[in-house]
Amino acid sequence: MKQLNPSHVRPSFPFARAPEQDGAPNHHPVVIVGGGMVGQTIALDLIRKGVPVVVLEQGETVSIGSRSLCQAKRTLEIWDRLGAAEWMVDKGVQWNIGKVFHRDGLLYEFNLLPEDGHQMPAFVNLQQYHMEEHLLEKLAAAGGAVRWRHRCVGIENRPDGATVQVETPEGAYTLTCDWLIACDGAKSGIRRQLGLDFDGKVFEDKFLITDVRMTAPFPAERWFWFEPPFHPGQTALLHRQADDIWRIDLQLGWDADSEAEKAPERVVPRIQALLGHDNFELEWISVYVFQCRTLSRYVHDRVIFAGDAAHQVSPFGARGGNAGVQDADNLCWKLKLVLDGRAPASLLESYNDERLYAAHENILNSTRATDFMTPKSEASRRMRDTVLAMAADWPFARAMVNSGRLSVPAHLVDSVLNTPDADSFAAVVAPGSPASDAPIARAGADDWFLHAIGDRFAVLTTAADAPATLDIEGEAVPVLTVGRDLVDTQGLLARRYDLKPGTTYLFRPDQHVAARWRAFDPAAIGAAMTRAMGKAGGQSKTEGAAHAA
Amino acid sequence: MLLERDNRLEQPDSFYAGLIAAHDGLSLEQSADLNFRLLLILANQIGRHDVLQAAIAAAREGVTA
Ligand SMILES: Cc1cc2nc3c(=O)[nH]c(=O)nc-3n(C[C@H](O)[C@H](O)[C@H](O)COP(=O)(O)OP(=O)(O)OC[C@H]3O[C@@H](n4cnc5c(N)ncnc54)[C@H](O)[C@@H]3O)c2cc1C
Repeated sequence: MKQLNPSHVRPSFPFARAPEQDGAPNHHPVVIVGGGMVGQTIALDLIRKGVPVVVLEQGETVSIGSRSLCQAKRTLEIWDRLGAAEWMVDKGVQWNIGKVFHRDGLLYEFNLLPEDGHQMPAFVNLQQYHMEEHLLEKLAAAGGAVRWRHRCVGIENRPDGATVQVETPEGAYTLTCDWLIACDGAKSGIRRQLGLDFDGKVFEDKFLITDVRMTAPFPAERWFWFEPPFHPGQTALLHRQADDIWRIDLQLGWDADSEAEKAPERVVPRIQALLGHDNFELEWISVYVFQCRTLSRYVHDRVIFAGDAAHQVSPFGARGGNAGVQDADNLCWKLKLVLDGRAPASLLESYNDERLYAAHENILNSTRATDFMTPKSEASRRMRDTVLAMAADWPFARAMVNSGRLSVPAHLVDSVLNTPDADSFAAVVAPGSPASDAPIARAGADDWFLHAIGDRFAVLTTAADAPATLDIEGEAVPVLTVGRDLVDTQGLLARRYDLKPGTTYLFRPDQHVAARWRAFDPAAIGAAMTRAMGKAGGQSKTEGAAHAA
Repeated sequence: MLLERDNRLEQPDSFYAGLIAAHDGLSLEQSADLNFRLLLILANQIGRHDVLQAAIAAAREGVTA
């Protein structure tokens, strides 16, 4: 009989004493509790911005099993900004096509990246442990480290800072910090200690989640089944991952016995039924109950929640890990400005608002998908079955078949950091939207637009007479002029941003659009940047006008 | 008003007769299935989200839980 036989050996990171245990000063600007994928991403981003961080992690290794395996385009773009995407894209399995089956027939297929001209594919499937190991390498290369087996056992949260109690194999110590980032996962002890509500719903269903090793001829696509012959009445999901590892998720129903279902002798026949053979090895088995819930606030005095500690979703749609990375993206530039005294602490309120908005969007989508897969009444099951039965012949019914609406970044259209449009635009990229990538050339070489805007405030313009930089808020903001600093090689930049002569965009350091205009006006750009830094309604502090031609 | 309360059917008697005839010989379960299908086909024909939302709300008002 088959047993668990994982080929991936997780590293075991050694414990090291903290300098504070031997008398070093114990105050730090930022302490991150939790060295999972979100804590790692935040640490990497902050360190690259010159903010020293302490990362406390109770464990001594990376994720067990593939867990958050589908890395979405926007997440890859964020990691690319941190210099960490290239290896992941090469190592992982790229895919754009999803297929949905009902019983033994194909209902429909979808393409998540219908247009060319983006550096990143719609998705790369890469096991969470590989992703985390790579982030840790990049963190080490940037001079950062995770303190393995340093467990946060209590915090004190004050309006002006926080105190953290840490336990280690060699005793306890205390840290103080200006800001504490709680990335301690779905079971967050910090959330519990602060007594915060974590509202939402638990779905009365259980899913068997497995990693299976085999060589198989299936294409690199997401395959989802409703009521397949090999798993009657339930759903099944198949994903290809790196190293000939496949992810198979099987719906079990609420009455399933989680412990019994994890036994290899129970799992093997289920996988065999799907594959039609037993030529595979079991890497990882888990049984998971889905929840969709969120804190009602992410910023509590000096404690800021991110990732699963802040919100959880069911995995259909890959909105768990991806949302956490987008939290990191949103938080780090703001925290940097606040730590540098360049922006008021109230800028972090926009992290709260923007990421709550995104979490609600993710929860709405995940909840709808889960309600479709796990109908909660007899009537909803029959409606669902009718939709499925009609879908083969009636294309409109396919639009309702919901096997997960896959992670796309939130367009933060209501953010207070945005300067509302005064001019009219035909582009979908609006104030609050993440920047759209496009192929360009810079310095005579092919490149991507997102590389050009990078990770600081940046201006894109088609105005012929714009200066190379604008001095705003003490920062030399680069002005990328189309035709001068970059070439729109395929005309896609013009199309995606509805560029006309004079059109100008201001991007935030997280590559979201802050404002856009039909003319290049340094005073307006200054006011918009001031506003995007969370300063009183965008009072202009620009000195850029002097530089403008 | 999003919803038309006055008759718009070209041939109400004939429509009603046809609706009933379609259920001939069906069990209650099968009838429910037919109704769901018909509902979805009609909903797609209407298309407009605000109208459909209003129709769902109006129908729900007429049924007490
Ligand atoms: C079985 C399973 C399957 C999943 N499948 C999917 C999927 O298919 N798609 C998807 O998008 N997501 C999936 N997820 C969710 C995904 O793994 C999470 O969204 C993601 O890991 C969140 O990252 P995080 O860093 O916030 O939390 P975690 O990865 O959970 O990291 C939290 C870290 O904090 C540490 N920690 C906790 N308390 C303390 C403390 N007191 N002191 C120090 N350290 C502490 C923990 O040891 C852990 O390393 C799955 C999760 C599970 C469990």
